[in-house]
Amino acid sequence: MSALKIKKGSNKHSAYNLRPNFSDVTERHTLAVLVDNEAGVLARVIGLFSGRGYNIESLTVAEVDHLGKLSRITIVTTGTPQVIEQIKAQLGRIVPVHDVHDLTVEGASVERELALFKVAGEGDKRVEALRLADIFRANVVDSTLESFVFEITGTPEKIDAFADLMRPLGLEEVARTGVAALSRGV
Amino acid sequence: MTRQMTGAKIVVQALKDQGVEVVFGYPGGAVLPIYDEIFQQNAIRHILVRHEQAAIHAAEGYARSTGKPGVALVTSGPGATNAVTGLTDALLDSIPIIVFSGQVPTFMIGNDAFQEADTVGITRPCTKHNWLVRETDALSSTIHEAFHVATSGRPGPVLIDVPKDVQFANGTYEAPTKTRTSHYQPQVKGDMDEITKLVDALERAKRPIFYTGGGVINSGSAACQLLRELVDATGAPITSTLMGLGAYPANGKGWLGMLGMHGLYEANMAMHDCDLMINIGARFDDRITGTIDHFSPNSTKVHIDIDPSSINKVIRADIPIVGDVGHVLEDVLKVWKARGRKTNTEAMAKWWKKIEEWKTRDCLSYKQTGKIIKPQYALERLEALTKDHDRYITTEVGQHQMWAAQFLGFNDPHRWMTSGGLGTMGYGFPASIGVQLAHPESLVINVAGEASWLMNMQEMGTAIQFDLPVKQFILNNERLGMVRQWQELLHGERYSHSWSESLPDFVKLAEAFGAKGIRCDDPEKLDDAIIEMLEYDGPVIFDCLVEKHENCFPMIPSGAAHNEMLMGNDSTGDAIGAKGAVLV
Ligand SMILES: Cc1cc2nc3c(=O)[nH]c(=O)nc-3n(C[C@H](O)[C@H](O)[C@H](O)COP(=O)(O)OP(=O)(O)OC[C@H]3O[C@@H](n4cnc5c(N)ncnc54)[C@H](O)[C@@H]3O)c2cc1C
Ligand SMILES: Cc1ncc(C[n+]2csc(CCOP(=O)(O)OP(=O)(O)O)c2C)c(N)n1
Repeated sequence: MSALKIKKGSNKHSAYNLRPNFSDVTERHTLAVLVDNEAGVLARVIGLFSGRGYNIESLTVAEVDHLGKLSRITIVTTGTPQVIEQIKAQLGRIVPVHDVHDLTVEGASVERELALFKVAGEGDKRVEALRLADIFRANVVDSTLESFVFEITGTPEKIDAFADLMRPLGLEEVARTGVAALSRGV
Repeated sequence: MTRQMTGAKIVVQALKDQGVEVVFGYPGGAVLPIYDEIFQQNAIRHILVRHEQAAIHAAEGYARSTGKPGVALVTSGPGATNAVTGLTDALLDSIPIIVFSGQVPTFMIGNDAFQEADTVGITRPCTKHNWLVRETDALSSTIHEAFHVATSGRPGPVLIDVPKDVQFANGTYEAPTKTRTSHYQPQVKGDMDEITKLVDALERAKRPIFYTGGGVINSGSAACQLLRELVDATGAPITSTLMGLGAYPANGKGWLGMLGMHGLYEANMAMHDCDLMINIGARFDDRITGTIDHFSPNSTKVHIDIDPSSINKVIRADIPIVGDVGHVLEDVLKVWKARGRKTNTEAMAKWWKKIEEWKTRDCLSYKQTGKIIKPQYALERLEALTKDHDRYITTEVGQHQMWAAQFLGFNDPHRWMTSGGLGTMGYGFPASIGVQLAHPESLVINVAGEASWLMNMQEMGTAIQFDLPVKQFILNNERLGMVRQWQELLHGERYSHSWSESLPDFVKLAEAFGAKGIRCDDPEKLDDAIIEMLEYDGPVIFDCLVEKHENCFPMIPSGAAHNEMLMGNDSTGDAIGAKGAVLV
C-alpha cells in the first residue's frame, strides 16, 4: 500500500503555513488528494475548481486502496500563493476528502506522466522522428508504413519538449494521462 | 440494536432517534412511502408548507432559533428543485439543516423518468454534502452521518436523496451510536501558541476592537457567555456583523452596534482606526470590508474560525486561530487571567473617548415630521413596544432588513433570523413559521418589505392551518426599496422596474386566509395599531404604509473605505465612482 504512505496532511493547518505576504506571483503546485472512492467525489472536486474559478492543468484519479475504498486524485494547478492556500483549504472541507498534500512544498517529489503520440510522415521526417524518439526513450507501440505511435513517460516538461519536436515531423494526435506524483523517501 | 424494516420506516425511526420533533415538508409520488409512515406515528410532527422553498426556510428558522438542526422533506423533481434556493441560503449562512428528497426508483434513474431530476448533481454546490442512497441497508448510517456532518464543524445544509424502491425495500436499521464514527472530525481546539500571541496582543493593544459574527451564534450559548465575559473583563469595544447580532447584548457596555455597509458610524470608524482587530466567527464579507486595500490599514488582525478556508480568504490574518469559538475563548480567558488580566487601561480610556466622539454624530438620526410614517420610526415604536416580550425577529431582504438591524436591540443569541449571505427575499415569512413552531408561546415577528413578503405569501395557509400566531410587520413603501435606493445613487434616479405595482389589499388578503389584517398610515395611531397586533391571538398581517423614498443610511458606497460613509444628510450626487458601480 505504498501509495498511501504520505506524510500527515496539511489541510487542517493550512492557515498557519502562509507566506508573510500575499504575492502576485503565479506558482504551479501539484496536490495529492486522498478521497473516499464514492459516487460523485470527482464531480465535487471538479465542481470546486470550476465554481470558484481555479485552474486545473492536469488531473488524474484512480483507486489506490481497494479495501479502504480510497482514491488518490493528483491535481496540477496554478495560482498565487493565496489562491493555492485557498484551494487546499477548500479541498480540505469537502466531506469525503481525507487529506490534502501539497507535494510542491512538502519536500521533494517525483512526477511522471505517460503520453501516446501518433506521428505520420515519409522519408527523412520519418527517420528523424524515430531518431528523436530514441533520444527521448520513447517506445514504438504501433507502426504502419506511413505512421508511428510512440509511448513516452516522463515529467510534463519532457513530454512538452517531445511534442514540440514532433510537431514539424507530422504530429497527428496526442493522448496524455495527466500527472501522477509521489513524495520522495519515507 | 439492529432491526429489519422498510426504508421508509428507517427514515422515520432515524429521525426519532436523532431527537427530531418537527419536519417541514410537501408530499409527492416519490416520497409516498415515507408519508405513509409519518401518517402512522405521532412522535414527529409534520408541518405541511405551501411551497418547498418555504419548507427549507422554515427549517432554517427552526434551527437558528433553537440551535438544533432543522429537517425538511420534499418529493423528487420539482420538489427538489424548489428546495435549491433554501439550501443555498443555508449554505451561505451556515445553518444546519437536513433535507430528504424522494427520487425515482434506482432502476429508472437516468431514463428521464417522470419527475426525475439529478438532485445530488443539482444540489452538490449548494449543500455541505449530499448522498444518493442506493441500498436500504445504507440508509440509517447515511442519515446519522448526515446529522453529524450538518451540525459539526462549520454547520450547513445536507441532502439525502432516497429512491422510491429503497423506501419500499427491507433493510437493517442501526441506531445512531452503532454506526461507524465518521472520519469527518473538524478541529475544535485552537493552537495554544497562537492563543498566547492573541493574549499578548490584547494586553498591549491601545485601540482594540472585537469584530464578531455568526460563528459565535453557531458555537452556541456557552460561547456567547464566554464572549460577554471576555469583552466586559477587558473593557474593549465590540461590533458585530448582521449574522452575529445578539451574541453580545445590545445593552452591554462595550456594544457599538452593527458594522458594515449599513452599519453604525462609530463601529466602522473604530474598525478603520483600531490597532488590534479580533475577528471571532466572522468571515470578512464584502459588506464588511468595503474596498480591501483600505480596510483597517493599521491593525494587527486576529481571526478565530472553525473553517480553515475562511482564514486568509479575503483578509490576511496576522494571528490565525482555527477552532470553535467556545473552545478558543475558554483558552483565551484562561491564559489572559493566568497572566494577570492585563490591559492597556490608559490607552483604552483614550480610545473610548474617541469612540464617544464618533457616537455624537448620531448616525441613525432621522426626523419623524408630518403625517407620513418613517420606516425608522415604525421600527423604533415596534422596539419600544416589544422589547420586554419574549421576542423573536425574522426579516425579509431589503431596506427594512437593515433598519431592523439598526433599530431593534438583541440581548440574547438565537433571537434574530435573517438571510445575510444570499439575501433571499421570501425568507422571513416561512422562517417565522419555523421559529414559532419551536417557540409556540413566544412573540414572533417578521419585519418585511411588501415586495419580499409577496414572494412566499402562500404560507398564510400554513400559519392558519397550524395555529401559528406569527406577526407579519410589513413596511410598505410600495417600492423595491433597496433597489430603488441604488438606482437613485447609481443610475441617475432612473427607477427601472423598482416599484410594487398592483399590490393586494393586505387587510383583505389577511381576511381571505382567515387571519387578521391591520393597516396603519398615521404616526399618531401607530402605537395603538401595534398593540392591537400584539394582543391578537393569531396570525396578523400588519400593513404599515411608510415614506416611499426614504434611504437607508449610513451607507458605505461600493468601492469606498470604512471612513468614507454616506450619512443621512450628505449630498449623494457622485458618491459611487465607476469602479464602485460594477460591485454589487
Ligand atoms: C441587503 C443586505 C445588506 C447587508 N448589509 C450588511 C451590513 O451592513 N453589515 C453586515 O454585517 N452584514 C450585512 N449583510 C450581510 C452580509 O451579506 C453577510 O451575510 C454577513 O456580513 C456575514 O456575517 P459573518 O461574517 O458573521 O459570517 P457568517 O456567514 O455568519 O459566517 C460565520 C463564520 O463563522 C465561522 N464559524 C461557524 N461556526 C463556527 C464555530 N463554531 N466556531 C468558529 N467559527 C465558526 C464560519 O466558518 C464562517 O466563517 C447584508 C446583507 C444583505 C442581504
Ligand atoms: C429573490 C430575490 N430577488 C431579488 C433580490 C434583489 N433585491 C434586493 S432588495 C430588493 C427589494 C426588496 O423590496 P422590499 O421587500 O419591498 O423591501 P424594501 O427594500 O422596500 O424595504 C430586491 C429586489 C433579492 N435580494 N432576492
